[in-house]
Amino acid sequence: MSALTREETQALIQEVLEVYPEKAKKDREKHLAVNDQSIEQSKKCITSNRKSLPGVMTIRGCAYAGSKGVVWGPIKDMIHISHGPVGCGQYSRAGRRNYYVGTTGVNTFGTMNFTSDFQEKDIVFGGDKKLAKVMTEIDALFPLNKGISIQSECPIGLIGDDIEAVAKKTAAETGKVVVPVRCEGFRGVSQSLGHHIANDAIRDWVLPRRDGKAHESTPYDVAVIGDYNIGGDAWSSRILLEEMGLRVVAQWSGDGTIAEMEKTPYVKMNLIHCYRSMNYIARHMEEKYSIPWMEYNFFGPTKVAESLRAIAAHFDDKIKEGAERVIAKYKAMMDEIIAKYKPRLEGKRVMLYVGGLRPRHVIGAYEDLGMEVVGTGYEFGHNDDYDRTIKDMGNATLIYDDVTGFEFEEFVKRVKPDLVGSGIKEKFIFQKMGVPFRQMHSWDYSGPYHGYDGFAIFARDMDMTLNNPCWGKMQAPWLKKDEPVAEKAAA
Amino acid sequence: MALRQCAIYGKGGIGKSTTTQNLVAALAEAGKKVMIVGCDPKADSTRLILHAKAQNSVMELAAEAGSVEDLELEDVLSVGYGGIKCVESGGPEPGVGCAGRGVITAINFLEEEGAYDDALDFVFYDVLGDVVCGGFAMPIRENKAQEIYIVCSGEMMAMYAANNIAKGIVKYANSGSVRLAGLICNSRNTDREDELIMALAAKLGSQMIHFIPRDNAVQHAEIRRMTVIEFDPTHKQADEYRQLAKKIVENKKFVIPTPITMDELEELLMEFGIMEAEDTSIIGKKAAEVAA
Repeated sequence: MSALTREETQALIQEVLEVYPEKAKKDREKHLAVNDQSIEQSKKCITSNRKSLPGVMTIRGCAYAGSKGVVWGPIKDMIHISHGPVGCGQYSRAGRRNYYVGTTGVNTFGTMNFTSDFQEKDIVFGGDKKLAKVMTEIDALFPLNKGISIQSECPIGLIGDDIEAVAKKTAAETGKVVVPVRCEGFRGVSQSLGHHIANDAIRDWVLPRRDGKAHESTPYDVAVIGDYNIGGDAWSSRILLEEMGLRVVAQWSGDGTIAEMEKTPYVKMNLIHCYRSMNYIARHMEEKYSIPWMEYNFFGPTKVAESLRAIAAHFDDKIKEGAERVIAKYKAMMDEIIAKYKPRLEGKRVMLYVGGLRPRHVIGAYEDLGMEVVGTGYEFGHNDDYDRTIKDMGNATLIYDDVTGFEFEEFVKRVKPDLVGSGIKEKFIFQKMGVPFRQMHSWDYSGPYHGYDGFAIFARDMDMTLNNPCWGKMQAPWLKKDEPVAEKAAA
Repeated sequence: MALRQCAIYGKGGIGKSTTTQNLVAALAEAGKKVMIVGCDPKADSTRLILHAKAQNSVMELAAEAGSVEDLELEDVLSVGYGGIKCVESGGPEPGVGCAGRGVITAINFLEEEGAYDDALDFVFYDVLGDVVCGGFAMPIRENKAQEIYIVCSGEMMAMYAANNIAKGIVKYANSGSVRLAGLICNSRNTDREDELIMALAAKLGSQMIHFIPRDNAVQHAEIRRMTVIEFDPTHKQADEYRQLAKKIVENKKFVIPTPITMDELEELLMEFGIMEAEDTSIIGKKAAEVAA
């Protein structure tokens, strides 16, 4: 099927909107757009970061998910307390595949769930005393922890517990950092506010801790910000930066430590991968410590090379040469991968619906394989995300913000992409519809996808999903009309 | 006689707990079987009946035992003067936790444990000053109190609070069977107080069920942690509470209230000379400006 024209795409949006009541239609209409590369500001064509409509199936998370699950959770040498009832932490435990090095339960705690397990009496009488006790016990049982973060669940904000006071008191007793985070789930419209709140907590409780202290720095110090090391993404990124001659001082926050975070104000440059979840802290460090920051994209060889050169442009010739050397070193390997997979994937069309950066960042990787992204959207993006997306997407492609279950299904039915890339909630719906699907949050238990090494895995995964023989077996044998005759003829 | 559940509301400090306990003592004296449920974290709704400083509350005991499921009814239920059953919901000290949730938990517990048995004639909920959140509206939700009495006086803020409480009752009255049963005027010796409260009651579509004059006998009894009924049954103030009790037993006037607007309330106060007519020329003027 050939690509839809602008008019056809617009008609498709209108058709999908038809089922909604008048008020819902008016609201949802603002979140669906036909891409037009000539538009400079996304606010002219799409609305984002607004409350989801009651009654629709939205995929969004909450502020707690944004803080505990995304920003703070991967900091491996701290213990992150899910403060409140047990469920929020237990049902999200270890789900995000933030890989790390360390001995879990001894010096790292990434996949464990710590909770204050609120009971009715804690709601009525307040949970501050229990929180203090939990932290004392944590320090006794896990003495190698380097600090604690208190991730507030909804009830904490409702009953007005003074977790800041408890944090200060415990920090004074243990001498370790204790960070209270006001990321109650009811705050904001999605996990996005949780990212912001988590960034603010780092700004207020972590970064100033080494202000004015001595630090041995080099002119090549950088921090990787907004790489959560899903399936090892940060590792396959870090080696490229190091090969080109940079010193990676900190990884935020995949396989990261609290000490790395505290040392970040001494770097020469902050490199931002997930802009949505960590641009706030980069802007803060720019203002307070005059550290410049830039976004980069390590998906697919084209974008990796572009990014390596753009990063190197901020440094001296030694680094610039380093970047060229790295690009040249991996060129043969990349050519080989493209030669192998491009013929199998060329011309295939993809629809995406993911979270913070991937709806735009992975487009280049698909294009390297000869594929086209014909629809994309963010769960919790803001207008500055869509600003960056318009230019990366082809004209007349579909853009959808906080897409509802119904809209996404209808779009896929009509656009008929060869592959859908989204999350676990979408996966089985589309697979049952007979559409090849990849989870683009968790890399479907694969990865890494970042960097040159990641691209090799990305290309292999896309091929084995798209060209899996199972997609030819979607119809039951007895429902097939022509084949029995053909089989008989063959026999 | 079927169990009648009544809730007492009113501005903080108006004398809800004292009035409730004296009223309940009078009912008990008349042979009625009564239970008081204190819905205030201060847990001071039963001390005059039990001669105690403060009763062990449901939430306190639940916190000690682990959870409310670990409690038995007899742990939280005390019996005082005239066989009156007393329960305090209890809750946190000021400034922490969620007192409203404490009330919800305690009342659910009482229901599940069968505290509302057939032998009872009356249950009185003594609720903290303002209905600040859903928890303190618990006693007037479906299948709980059906009669609300508002304690007030002729002071402006007490009347303002009474009107606000009436607004809250309307919300629950429209969806359930709760009704305003009357205003109890606990006198502060303001001018034409009885007429004023009668006028307010009329505007709300209700009645002033009784006017309780101010008398030091109430304080004398309180110092001894007793009701007037028990401390000095022959005192004329005891008769006032007996009259109130009799009127409540015989009360048939249960209405969905018609709360009035702020303007109407101010007009009423001006009519009774409590408030001056508003002089709009002085609004927002500082002392220095007025002098100049």
